[in-house]
Amino acid sequence: MLVVTVTPTYTGCPATAVINLDIETKLRSNGIENLRLEQRISPAWTTAWLSQEGREKLRKYGIAPPVEGTSKTGRISRLSSNEALVVACPRCGSDKTEKVSQFGSTPCKAAYRCRSCLEPFDYFKCH
Amino acid sequence: MTEPGDKIANDVFFDWLLRRGDTALVLGHRVSEWCGHSPVLEEDIALANIALDLIGQARLWLSLAGEVEGKGRGENELAYLRDAWDFRNLLLAEQPNGDFGQTMMRQFLIDAYQSQLLKALATSADNRVAEIAVKAGKEVDYHLDRSADLVIRLGDGTSESRQRMQAALESLWPYSGEMFKGDAVDQAVVAAKIAPSPEGLRTEWLSTVDAVFTEATLSKPETDFAHTGGLTGRHTEHLGHILADMQFLQRAYPGATW
Ligand SMILES: [Zn+2]
Repeated sequence: MLVVTVTPTYTGCPATAVINLDIETKLRSNGIENLRLEQRISPAWTTAWLSQEGREKLRKYGIAPPVEGTSKTGRISRLSSNEALVVACPRCGSDKTEKVSQFGSTPCKAAYRCRSCLEPFDYFKCH
Repeated sequence: MTEPGDKIANDVFFDWLLRRGDTALVLGHRVSEWCGHSPVLEEDIALANIALDLIGQARLWLSLAGEVEGKGRGENELAYLRDAWDFRNLLLAEQPNGDFGQTMMRQFLIDAYQSQLLKALATSADNRVAEIAVKAGKEVDYHLDRSADLVIRLGDGTSESRQRMQAALESLWPYSGEMFKGDAVDQAVVAAKIAPSPEGLRTEWLSTVDAVFTEATLSKPETDFAHTGGLTGRHTEHLGHILADMQFLQRAYPGATW
């Protein structure tokens, strides 16, 4: 029996069920019938696990990939440090971007806007 | 499988796990009530996402609670088929949303506490607890950044927003003391090295809330009076209404799935 362990990104992520279904469908279509999926939460999922290829695919799709080492961007951390997060626009590459909201269309993303090309975009938060 | 948590009586550990799971579940349900009603679209999306995180965390805690209880109850039975007196959430979590500012104040007071508690639980002697704490802690840190940011923005905002935030703080403050009042259940988990004592979390929590209130130009109430009872099943009148809404479907159509 093939056992596949799957680590969810965020505990409440509704896509987890779809991801599981995709994995199962793909394996079955490759002739693997005897399989089981297991959820594992430890070690906790982190964006550090994203491959270079994965990051590039995100950017091409229009989602700015996570900028490592910048998981904290809010006021609590800003009270203690002043580091500014520079997220490049996935469309035009400009550094002149600004955060619109800590949460985008899903928990893993924040909503940004580019001040050069004026397009809104999702930023995959460092997690 | 033998876990270090075996040293503690199962029913006591179960009770403590319900406190974690029920607080996340009830707060998650409260926050979800904003879906479609927030002041702006970005806030609506943010609140829905935070509610999802909290309900996801509740699932992990309640699944573990069911496993520890060992009576065949899972996350769904625990969430949908218990009545108010069996819930062990903080009274603060079930308080009504009020206006947007009041919701943010409630969220900030709980986020600051959860963030500290989960950090401490990351080194719990019970692996299962530590795993959930690490996972949930990363999410709660985002929630805290955001709720602190909004408490500051609204507190140090217009005279109208400041007055509303001060009123929210005064009405919710007496519910915050419950987070730091330990009882026999806490003593048992402390002895089993599963969790820290609630009293020990208060100093750091106060330094977080003091820093944010100062920047938000809000005055912390002088009183130390604390409403308690939620953690032992004596709730305010609000919980019954939440459950009526949340549990209706499973009560009316037992076992329904889709
Ligand atoms: Zn751009």
